[in-house]
Amino acid sequence: MIHFVVHDQKDTTGVVVVEGIEAGQALTGWLMDKDETLTISVRDAIPIGHKLALTDITEGSDVIKYGEVIGRAVAPISAGAHLHVHNVKTKRW
Amino acid sequence: MGLQQTFWGYRRDNGRVGVRNHVIILPVDDLSNAASEAVANNIKGTLALPHPYGRLQFGADLELHFRTLIGTGANPNVAAVVVIGIEPGWTQRVVDGIAATGKPVSGFWIEQNGDINTIAAASRAAKEYVQYASEIQRTEHPITDLWVSTKCGESDTTSGCGANPTVGNAFDKLYAAGTTLLFGETSEITGGEHLVAKRAATPEIGAQFLKTWNAYNDFIVANKTNDLSDSQPTKGNIAGGLTTIEEKALGNIQKIGKQCNVDGVLEPAESPNGPGLWFMDSSSAAAEMVTLAAAGGFVVHFFPTGQGNVIGNPIIPVIKLAANPRTVRTMREHIDYDCSGLLQREINLDQAGDQLLDVLFRTVNGRLTDAEALGHREFVLTKLYRSA
Repeated sequence: MIHFVVHDQKDTTGVVVVEGIEAGQALTGWLMDKDETLTISVRDAIPIGHKLALTDITEGSDVIKYGEVIGRAVAPISAGAHLHVHNVKTKRW
Repeated sequence: MGLQQTFWGYRRDNGRVGVRNHVIILPVDDLSNAASEAVANNIKGTLALPHPYGRLQFGADLELHFRTLIGTGANPNVAAVVVIGIEPGWTQRVVDGIAATGKPVSGFWIEQNGDINTIAAASRAAKEYVQYASEIQRTEHPITDLWVSTKCGESDTTSGCGANPTVGNAFDKLYAAGTTLLFGETSEITGGEHLVAKRAATPEIGAQFLKTWNAYNDFIVANKTNDLSDSQPTKGNIAGGLTTIEEKALGNIQKIGKQCNVDGVLEPAESPNGPGLWFMDSSSAAAEMVTLAAAGGFVVHFFPTGQGNVIGNPIIPVIKLAANPRTVRTMREHIDYDCSGLLQREINLDQAGDQLLDVLFRTVNGRLTDAEALGHREFVLTKLYRSA
């Protein structure tokens, strides 16, 4: 089963595509542009559609998805942690 | 699977081909909604399109009002139109605009007639029109006569990795076949505007696109009171896992595929003058954008959703698709095409695109969409600024 998908090899975040992900689970991901799979241990319970960090992300650094910048971290984010509005903000508005 | 090369539709006098055969009762202004709805109630098979505007508008906002109403009546999915306004001047302007297509259209006004006499006279015209329309048969037409628009809504992260790329794959195939295609949602390109500009067929079109995007962005920046959290992305987007406008935009533009050029930039409700992929300056609010696309002459719409937008349109079929398995399970009656298998690698993107195209052809050939069967007829005019 695919638990999360990643658009681009450069991405630092992936999308959970199944329901009921619990903290500590070992997840299988699909890197879509390379058609490869990867695994990661998740730190938090993550709802379907929400994202996890694929690497440690320092506060103030860019978050990458689709190979592009989607915002900046406003708190340190550990690999496998829930990544959303509580720790990432837009760089536009 | 090869792309079907023909579809069954209704050829109109101006050469355009519709996929529905509506007779509409079109109010020019808010005051004429009651009479329009009364006519639609009297004459079975007609459809009233009530809306809240049309009084004391001026300048570009008034021009957009007329362009939207005339474009709606002129849309090839419409066989004939009864126009009702409070007074004759603006009523006649809408009638004349629609009459340029060659389709039957009549105008009625309420001042010095009253609702009851107006409803009686307009009902007689509507009855003639609905009987006229009922005798028009579908005939076979080349795929190049098909105009398809797209806009997504209540998006989540599965839109960007599943439903929107599926539309993009279908758009790549329709583009290669010589159809006319549309996308828009100006504010929702924010974060991906450089990627859309790069897709422009010429540097001039790219510059025109960026000028349009910048103007909309300047308007938002001038009027915003916070970082637009809860507005763009919406609360529904955020609940679905989308974090920023940049992320939403990068998912949004998956709908224009990988191979289409952007061949031109349109004003709201403006019609393109040739095939290809067109960008229309438009709101990202679902019903506003789909209403503008229909007014621009598009006859069928792809609407990918993540969390489950339920939108329809009174005159064009809105085909909804979703890749979020929870949404497909909880809102099945709203989802015409379930592409959740894509995210489990049960099908690939090319297969998902083909399956969506199959739904498209069934729909344009006559199958009702979920939104049509459920009676979703959201008709929402875009208003640019305050009335006088």
